[in-house]
Amino acid sequence: MRFYEYESKQILRDAGMPLPKSHFCTTDAEAEQAAADIRGPVVIKSQVLSGGRMKAGGVKFADTPQEARGLAEEILRLRINDLLPVGVLVEEKQDIAQEYYAAVTWDGRAKKPVIIFSDMGGIDIEEVAESHPEHLSRTHFSALRPFSDYIAKQAVADVGVTGNDLNALTRIVAGLARIFIERDMTLAEINPIGKLADGRIIALDCHMDMEQEAQRAHADLLNALGLSADDKRQARPPTQFELDAEHLDGSDPRGVAGNLTEFDGDLGLIIGAGGGSLTLFDAVRAAGGRPANYCEIGGNPSVNKTRNLTKLILSRPNVKKIAVMMNVVSNTRVDIVARGVVKGCIEAGFDPAEKITIFRIPGSWEEEGFAILEKYGIPYVDRSVSMDEAARLAVQNMDK
Amino acid sequence: MSILVNADTTFIIQGITGREAVTMARECLDYGARLLGGVTPGRKGREVHGLPVMDTVRQFTDTQRVDASVVSVPPAFAADAVFEAIDAGIPLIVVVTERIPRKQVAQFVEYAQQQGTRIIGPNCLGIISPGKTRVGGVGGAANSTERAFKPGRIGVMSRSGGMTVEIANSLSEAGLGVSTAVSIGGDAVIGSTYAELMPLFDADPDTDAIAIYSEPGGRAEYELAEYMQRSGSTKPIVAFMAGKFMDEMPGMRFGHAGTIVEGKADTATEKIANLAAAGITVADKVGDIPSLIKQRLGA
Amino acid sequence: MAMFIRVDIDPSVQEDMQLCQRLVEVCPVDIFETVGESNVATVEENLDECTLCDLCVNEAPGRVHVVKLYREG
Repeated sequence: MRFYEYESKQILRDAGMPLPKSHFCTTDAEAEQAAADIRGPVVIKSQVLSGGRMKAGGVKFADTPQEARGLAEEILRLRINDLLPVGVLVEEKQDIAQEYYAAVTWDGRAKKPVIIFSDMGGIDIEEVAESHPEHLSRTHFSALRPFSDYIAKQAVADVGVTGNDLNALTRIVAGLARIFIERDMTLAEINPIGKLADGRIIALDCHMDMEQEAQRAHADLLNALGLSADDKRQARPPTQFELDAEHLDGSDPRGVAGNLTEFDGDLGLIIGAGGGSLTLFDAVRAAGGRPANYCEIGGNPSVNKTRNLTKLILSRPNVKKIAVMMNVVSNTRVDIVARGVVKGCIEAGFDPAEKITIFRIPGSWEEEGFAILEKYGIPYVDRSVSMDEAARLAVQNMDK
Repeated sequence: MSILVNADTTFIIQGITGREAVTMARECLDYGARLLGGVTPGRKGREVHGLPVMDTVRQFTDTQRVDASVVSVPPAFAADAVFEAIDAGIPLIVVVTERIPRKQVAQFVEYAQQQGTRIIGPNCLGIISPGKTRVGGVGGAANSTERAFKPGRIGVMSRSGGMTVEIANSLSEAGLGVSTAVSIGGDAVIGSTYAELMPLFDADPDTDAIAIYSEPGGRAEYELAEYMQRSGSTKPIVAFMAGKFMDEMPGMRFGHAGTIVEGKADTATEKIANLAAAGITVADKVGDIPSLIKQRLGA
Repeated sequence: MAMFIRVDIDPSVQEDMQLCQRLVEVCPVDIFETVGESNVATVEENLDECTLCDLCVNEAPGRVHVVKLYREG
């Protein structure tokens, strides 16, 4: 679950972190009112999940409520990386003397959470890591022991910060680390943390991502933000087609036939499982094919589930044909998948022999599966044909 | 020889009465593996395929040698099951369960390191040494496992369970076969990475080369590249990187929990360049792995 | 409509109430349902989910037949 800035800031606020005054607004009139409440210059920030808001014109400054209204109206209509904002954040403008960066994330190599801290905030942290490594610290900590503040202090001190700033920053970084670990985040980032002209240190922009698998344990936080524990929000909000697929997958517990991502090509893909789908999607593109979707089937989905996924994919007008491909399967059954796709094709009003460019799922119960494919005249290949070759055949048969 | 497991490896299944675990137990037995029984709390006295079910792991370890445990319990109970197995002194724990939050994984992995326990997974299909044993469900039914996994001299490590079988099958079809295949798991935090298993393959006189399946996300491939440069390992590795399309879609998760591009280093392109610079042959197509291994072995 | 699987139940099965009940219980994909007090019938929408596990066939040897429609004609 990727949170919008205003949601991330609410999480920080609830944890007692210092933040500028701000209001989340969905209309220009609300933005005008918010600016009037703040009584002073404001910044208006587009609430989109995409990065690069500043460059795209999604962050603007206003001196008066009327100006704020006009800018909010503009930003609410501005698409950034093809996404419309869900609203704007109207926030008290700050006089910033120095910017810091703090993030907590997982390091799969160390198998521990890591605090990344820098006294060069506000810019691309990968760039800081490359060109100014002495301005960046990485501090791992145990997920097993309760978090100790000294770890945050170490992270801040390691880039040379001392005095009052060290103590103020330690409080913020320790708070962030606790939110990260207690709330099962995969990323908790404040960039920048601003030191103001008057010496106060506050969080200016924030980005958090909660692990999907742990959402159920944090229904309280999600509900308080107006979200549900079952919501999935990635780098972009899901399309209707993706939501439909998710609904189908969720309505039947037997196996997986979903994790669908929409693309704009003409070849519908029924592929699996996790790694197989990644491999096959690349293979189709390498063969010159244009996929209409990514998806994953696995864990032996029911006939009904595969049938519904097939019908959903075929319901899109841009889909000319479909390809059904997987790696050599262990627990998913070839015959059960074959029944599902054949049934889906026929119920959608198509001849599976014409609609399916290739079927390549070798493995468990393949004799039964191949018998079904033969009965319906569907082109298929066995395990002696590689996934790459199958993808090539899928693309080649598009014009048949 | 083989790595991690051999024909004598005894093991139990935690969660043995679950739907998937019952099938896994059948498949392990049919394959000739030395499965002793399993644990499901409250079900002591029952049997699964004639094997005993106990309430606790200790009820097995108190009376006999248990070399490994396969954890196949729902995600909410998985961490507890792993802690139980570690405290019972089982040296190898294969965690099959998917969707365990990574905080919990990091917790039991850290504890396992302290106790000297090896963890494989989570979110994996297990380990197989063809013709000897199988600890986990990798390969499925015994007859199809025998078909996909012919005994041979190539090691396999894969972040995807399904692709473990696919690659092993292609090695078998090409007449190469497999020494040991390890489905290492698709999560962002896993118990044993490529680089941590490589020393075992390096020390195995029956493994001549290693085939690896990899994905975007994480740093495991960098760790492997560093290992190869640091250790002076001479065993050829052929790696395949799936998910090249993800390079254009930062922030989107595909395939496995650990498979997401958050920064440049997560991309397939960067990883491929890094692996190649460490002397690892990177296959452009997954189907090319067997012929590239043959080339590297000069066969 | 089922396209792949048909299950034929011999009329004699209907006279054995316990057997009817066992067929309902044994099927992992709910192909059988009891009708009225004792009779058993197949559930049309679940037929194609049949996993060919033969548990029903083993309960009533020679009296329950699972027919693979795709193997016929």
